[in-house]
Amino acid sequence: MDAVEVEVSLRVDGRQRRLTLDTRTSLLDALRERLGVTGPKKGCDHGQCGACTILLDGRRVNSCLALAVAHDEAEITTVEGLADGDTLHPLQESFVRHDGFQCGYCTPGQICSAVGMLTEAEAGWPSAVSADLTAPVELTDAEISERMSGNLCRCGAYAGIVPAIAEVAR
Amino acid sequence: MRPFDYRRADDIDGAVAMLALNPSAAFLGGGTNLVDHLRLGVTAPDLLVDVTRLGLDRIEPLADGGVRVGGTVRNSDLAADRLVRERYPVLAQALLSGASGQLRNLATTGGNLLQRTRCVYFQDVTTPCGKREPGSGCSALRGYQRYHAILGASSACIATHPSDMAVAMAALDAVVRVRGRDGERAVPLTDFHRLPGDEPQRDTVLQHGELITAVDLPPLPEGMRSRYRKVRDRASYAFALVSVAAVLDVRDGTVADVRIALGGVAHKPWRASVAERELRGAPATADSFRRAADAELAAAEPVEGNAFKVPLVRGTLVAVLRELSEETAR
Ligand SMILES: Cc1cc2nc3c(=O)[nH]c(=O)nc-3n(C[C@H](O)[C@H](O)[C@H](O)COP(=O)(O)OP(=O)(O)OC[C@H]3O[C@@H](n4cnc5c(N)ncnc54)[C@H](O)[C@@H]3O)c2cc1C
Ligand code: SF4
Ligand code: FES
Ligand code: FES
Repeated sequence: MDAVEVEVSLRVDGRQRRLTLDTRTSLLDALRERLGVTGPKKGCDHGQCGACTILLDGRRVNSCLALAVAHDEAEITTVEGLADGDTLHPLQESFVRHDGFQCGYCTPGQICSAVGMLTEAEAGWPSAVSADLTAPVELTDAEISERMSGNLCRCGAYAGIVPAIAEVAR
Repeated sequence: MRPFDYRRADDIDGAVAMLALNPSAAFLGGGTNLVDHLRLGVTAPDLLVDVTRLGLDRIEPLADGGVRVGGTVRNSDLAADRLVRERYPVLAQALLSGASGQLRNLATTGGNLLQRTRCVYFQDVTTPCGKREPGSGCSALRGYQRYHAILGASSACIATHPSDMAVAMAALDAVVRVRGRDGERAVPLTDFHRLPGDEPQRDTVLQHGELITAVDLPPLPEGMRSRYRKVRDRASYAFALVSVAAVLDVRDGTVADVRIALGGVAHKPWRASVAERELRGAPATADSFRRAADAELAAAEPVEGNAFKVPLVRGTLVAVLRELSEETAR
């Protein structure tokens, strides 16, 4: 069977983009290789590290395991779309202030994941460490660590990442 | 990765018909298992039929007090659902202990049940694996065995089914609703996945082209308490070494009712019916819990690399039953 090409239209960081893609293309590769949006990083390409995390219709997902063709017409926010002009997103600011990174490779995924995570907590979603599944969420350090466990940091900058998120969360 | 065609199904019959016409087609849910396996070369369908827009993404209360979970409800939405959190804590806990927040936002009910029973060799196409290539032998028999089965395995395959959700559903007596070309059928979750026998390539009883439309959760009788405990190599974002899903009702110090399922121990979510029989009507004491665990584990056949799982299951099961009995004692 020959490669199959399809038309896909995506709204990426506020801009409508239309492209013709091989059906095998992941959202991550569509963003990075086709649209030049290199904020999302490829760490593992297997859903194991979180470096590729983006917001897909407002929810955090691993863009390496999502096929672009399956998300035609989706609204995507990457780390590049979080700032408001020259004003950084509060989480970006906080990561800088708290040294939430060393090499920075995992950071775009960490920050997008944190944005999605705060929305989930706001909506009252419990986590695996929540003692009471129906109580309002209190974002303790343990809660933040658990909820952010899908984002690995090779440099081990967790000691800065958790406080960076905590400051924005509380 | 081999090329494939992609279609978005608009209705259930259409989705089922597309697969019926093409023996090499596969349904696509969130893609978190399938896309990984496409990339690894483990599987190579020539058509993906996307089933995520069939309107099967609802969670509805049933007239009998149970809950119907649509086949494409995302794992994160299921874990966050009010009804599920209130009525089936074991299920919410199991879901929340699986994968990561990002993956749960993609993963669907049907896809979670049908993620492959697998091991590292299954995902490495350079090694022999009878599940991936029938007849090629099993690399795990003389290899890495830490995540492998201690119950119900065969010399053809000792892999485990990695789903946490399915273990909780097994303890809840859930029923899988399936639509095929010949109509609908309902399969108890405990009969849905298979033991490997001499056909390790078949994980479940599903036929090609059958679509999971929903999973029905029967109501839990008043007074039942439920809980999920997962033991793993790191605190989060790791597959289970072993896990326990339990539902318990204790009255006047006696076990009135109990249901137990184990994860990480078999080719399928393992309903511990021997332990359950041992416990019904027995005093709700640590002694009974230990006896029940030992009775269940009498059939265990660990291999060298996973012998630690026998005492680990025993300890975890006893701990979970103890916690639940303290909670439900009345
Ligand atoms: C890094 C990583 C860590 C993980 N950790 C865990 C963990 O700790 N615990 C755990 O339980 N899981 C874990 N998982 C597995 C994850 O839960 C599954 O990949 C996910 O649930 C699969 O759902 P999906 O919708 O993405 O399935 P897909 O990948 O879309 O599909 C999987 C299979 O199901 C079929 N299918 C999909 N929907 C239907 C349907 N409605 N009817 C019939 N067939 C269907 C597909 O054809 C395919 O064969 C992990 C995965 C990754 C990548
Ligand atoms: S245990 Fe099963 S999946 Fe793993 S190598 Fe053996 S046959 Fe393959
Ligand atoms: S690149 Fe997607 S999770 Fe690692
Ligand atoms: S900062 Fe280097 S991987 Fe996280």
